Amino acid sequence: MIKRFLLGCLLAWSASAWALPPELAARIAAGEGDDRVAALQQALAAGDDSLGPFLRALQDGRVRLKGGQALVIAEGAAAPADAEEPMLNNRMRREIDAALAGLDLLSTDRDTRAKALATLRDDADASKLALFEKALAAERDAGLRSQLNALVAGAKLSSTDAAQRKAAATELAGSADPATRALLLEKLGSETDPAAKAAMQKAVADIGDRLAWGERAQLLFSGLSLGSVLLLVALGLAITYGLMGVINMAHGELLMVGAYATYSVQQAFRAWAPAAFDYYLWLALPASFLAAALVGAAMERTVIRWLYGRPLETLLATWGISLVLMQAVRTLFGAQNVAVENPAWLSGGWALLPNLTLPYNRLAILVFAGLVLGGIATLLARTRLGLMVRGVTQNRRMAACVGVNTAKVDTLAFALGSGIAGLAGCALSQIGNVGPDLGQSYIVDAFMVVVLGGVGQLAGTVYAALGLGVLSKLLEGWQGAVLAKIALLLLLVLVIQKKPQGLFALKGRSVE
Amino acid sequence: MKKPLLIALAAVLLLVPLLHLVFPPGHALHLSEFYVGLLGKFLCFAICALALDLIWGFGGILSLGHGLFFALGGYGMGMYLMRQIGRDGQYQSDLPDFMVFLNWKELPWHWALSDSLVGQIILALAVPGLLAAVFGYFAFRSRIQGVYFSIITQALTVAAMLLFFRNETGFGGNNGFTDFKRIAGLAITSPGMKVGLCVASGIALIGCYLLARWLTQSRWGRILQAIRDAEGRVRFLGYDPVAYKLSAYVISAMMCALAGMLYVPQVGIINPGEMSPAASIEMAIWAAVGGRGTLIGPVFGAFFVNGTKSVFTAVWPEGWLYVLGGLFIAVTLFLPQGLMGLARRFKR
Repeated sequence: MIKRFLLGCLLAWSASAWALPPELAARIAAGEGDDRVAALQQALAAGDDSLGPFLRALQDGRVRLKGGQALVIAEGAAAPADAEEPMLNNRMRREIDAALAGLDLLSTDRDTRAKALATLRDDADASKLALFEKALAAERDAGLRSQLNALVAGAKLSSTDAAQRKAAATELAGSADPATRALLLEKLGSETDPAAKAAMQKAVADIGDRLAWGERAQLLFSGLSLGSVLLLVALGLAITYGLMGVINMAHGELLMVGAYATYSVQQAFRAWAPAAFDYYLWLALPASFLAAALVGAAMERTVIRWLYGRPLETLLATWGISLVLMQAVRTLFGAQNVAVENPAWLSGGWALLPNLTLPYNRLAILVFAGLVLGGIATLLARTRLGLMVRGVTQNRRMAACVGVNTAKVDTLAFALGSGIAGLAGCALSQIGNVGPDLGQSYIVDAFMVVVLGGVGQLAGTVYAALGLGVLSKLLEGWQGAVLAKIALLLLLVLVIQKKPQGLFALKGRSVE
Repeated sequence: MKKPLLIALAAVLLLVPLLHLVFPPGHALHLSEFYVGLLGKFLCFAICALALDLIWGFGGILSLGHGLFFALGGYGMGMYLMRQIGRDGQYQSDLPDFMVFLNWKELPWHWALSDSLVGQIILALAVPGLLAAVFGYFAFRSRIQGVYFSIITQALTVAAMLLFFRNETGFGGNNGFTDFKRIAGLAITSPGMKVGLCVASGIALIGCYLLARWLTQSRWGRILQAIRDAEGRVRFLGYDPVAYKLSAYVISAMMCALAGMLYVPQVGIINPGEMSPAASIEMAIWAAVGGRGTLIGPVFGAFFVNGTKSVFTAVWPEGWLYVLGGLFIAVTLFLPQGLMGLARRFKR
């Protein structure tokens, strides 16, 4: 029996290339609480490879004390009858857990390190400082590094030396991490030393200032991003409604057509060209434009053409078209939302500040909205089609007299407006759900933008879209999304009361 | 043409109690509870269509926000019905269940009248009327016309819908009001109550119809129609269009509220969905299908569209939106006068 035990011991000794000094191991395994913790810290600071297996054995109850020596029993082997099992109280267990996590910080596996960081977050005190700094020196992953930095700062802040706490706080004042600020605020509550307290307060204020800039930038960006979405959605309407005077309640459904065209292109790439999946958007853009433009042209030829000059009837008929389009999509693609994936180059974001990340898809839409706007402006101002559209808008009869085929111009202009809605739908598919109800959620917003901006010109639409975007995000931060929306709708009602032609309407003298 | 409608409605209202209450279930002439409820619902919708026609067909004002007034009337009635549940709710509390759920200790201020049927009826008519008066006054005074008016009424309705979706508003949030038990102490599911509500809806429709006919044939009605056709000229003749349009709008809103009030106890639920833009636009199509500018048309239209809807949702649910969308398109393109116009064409 004893022979077998000794054999087991020998195996354990030799297998783990025991380098932990035996007396240190014994001090960890038995003795007074404070001394055991100190011994553990000492072993940890030495950072020895054999410490991990020993601590795990201790946790598993595979360590025995015999004659002032700590013996590790191999797994599966029986413990000697005359050896004493070391006591582990809760404090000791916690310390061992933390020490093991600390050791894991040096692991080569990223997931292990991340898990260890999560374990250590609540238990970062000055005793582990050396370990953290060692891990920091070895850490290459940016995300883990910033977490480690926070741990180091936290450890320094919990030092018993007031001067060191003060130094840590001063050092942290340069940070711009929301987590650091939270940590400082937490430690500030229990700080007694006036100098350290002042340093911490200053650090909190400094970080707060820096964060405030990030938050302001974030707010502005999300406002601009929403504004660019609104602009894209409203640009098509600015042509069909603003220039042609057609109340197109099916505009939202044209967005939906564009989004579903994007989805179809994506599915086609997935089926036939999975290798080129990252480039599917380049085909999806023209496809969504064409799909929506065709639907729009068909709408104009069959229905809207007969209703020029009867806006209320147009409103009802296009509402009918929107119902038919929605149901058609349900029949073709099913009533559930479909998944449109971002290509790899649109996922992720650009981390400007610790609390400010600009998602690539949002940035792309901002740029895209600008491009589409520029394209339309050029088209209207510099091309022959644009000239004809403007001519028909200003004086239909006179344009017809000088030989403009007004019916054809109407169809083309409406198809153009619809196609732009399709492009907007393609963009929307990159940031939100694609489903049969997609259009419904945007139609009120789109009309709001066009009506606020005033009919007949693009500049007003731009001001209205960006202004509404930023204003709505500001109100959201202040009162919540629902109340912000209500406030904006009431604002629309008020603006129409005061300026029925829109805020930026062209001045004229006509009465009705 | 107008008398037959009234006679038909009155006859239906006499027949419904007879067929439902006198003939026992299983008898060949028995009218089932389902059809009594359906008829009652349609009668309420007909009131809405009539109300919309009064301002659209005769005043040229297309409101896309009448769902708001309908729902406000319904919520007014619903508040009373919620209080009538008493302690029979899930939580056995004096307060409506949703308030217990939100951990409210007492009724909010706007529920002050909710114990009295008469008080709540007055409130359910007065609040939509007042809202229409204030909103309409500012809109008409600023000479907002045509599509702009349609869009801002829609915006108002969407805003109200979002507001009612919130729990803090005190109207049950998403779920609205449901699980009603009784009216004035009488069980809401009893056959007598069902028939009573259906007959009440019919009487309300006849009343609204007579009121609308009297109004449109009066001097007031002629000026309203003149405003519809050429508002500028009416103004130049020295009339103030605001007063006429506003009064028409308020009367129309209150009719809709009345319809909502009668609708809610019959279907047993009211939630913010009634304020969705789609619900309001559908009301416009009832009037358009029947024929704007006539008073019987919208009543027919409401029955025709909703009857078709009932058939389709039972037989071919996916097809209903195609049909409804097709109706919107076909009526505006081919039947600007609606079914009444078609009937008139055949007569000639």
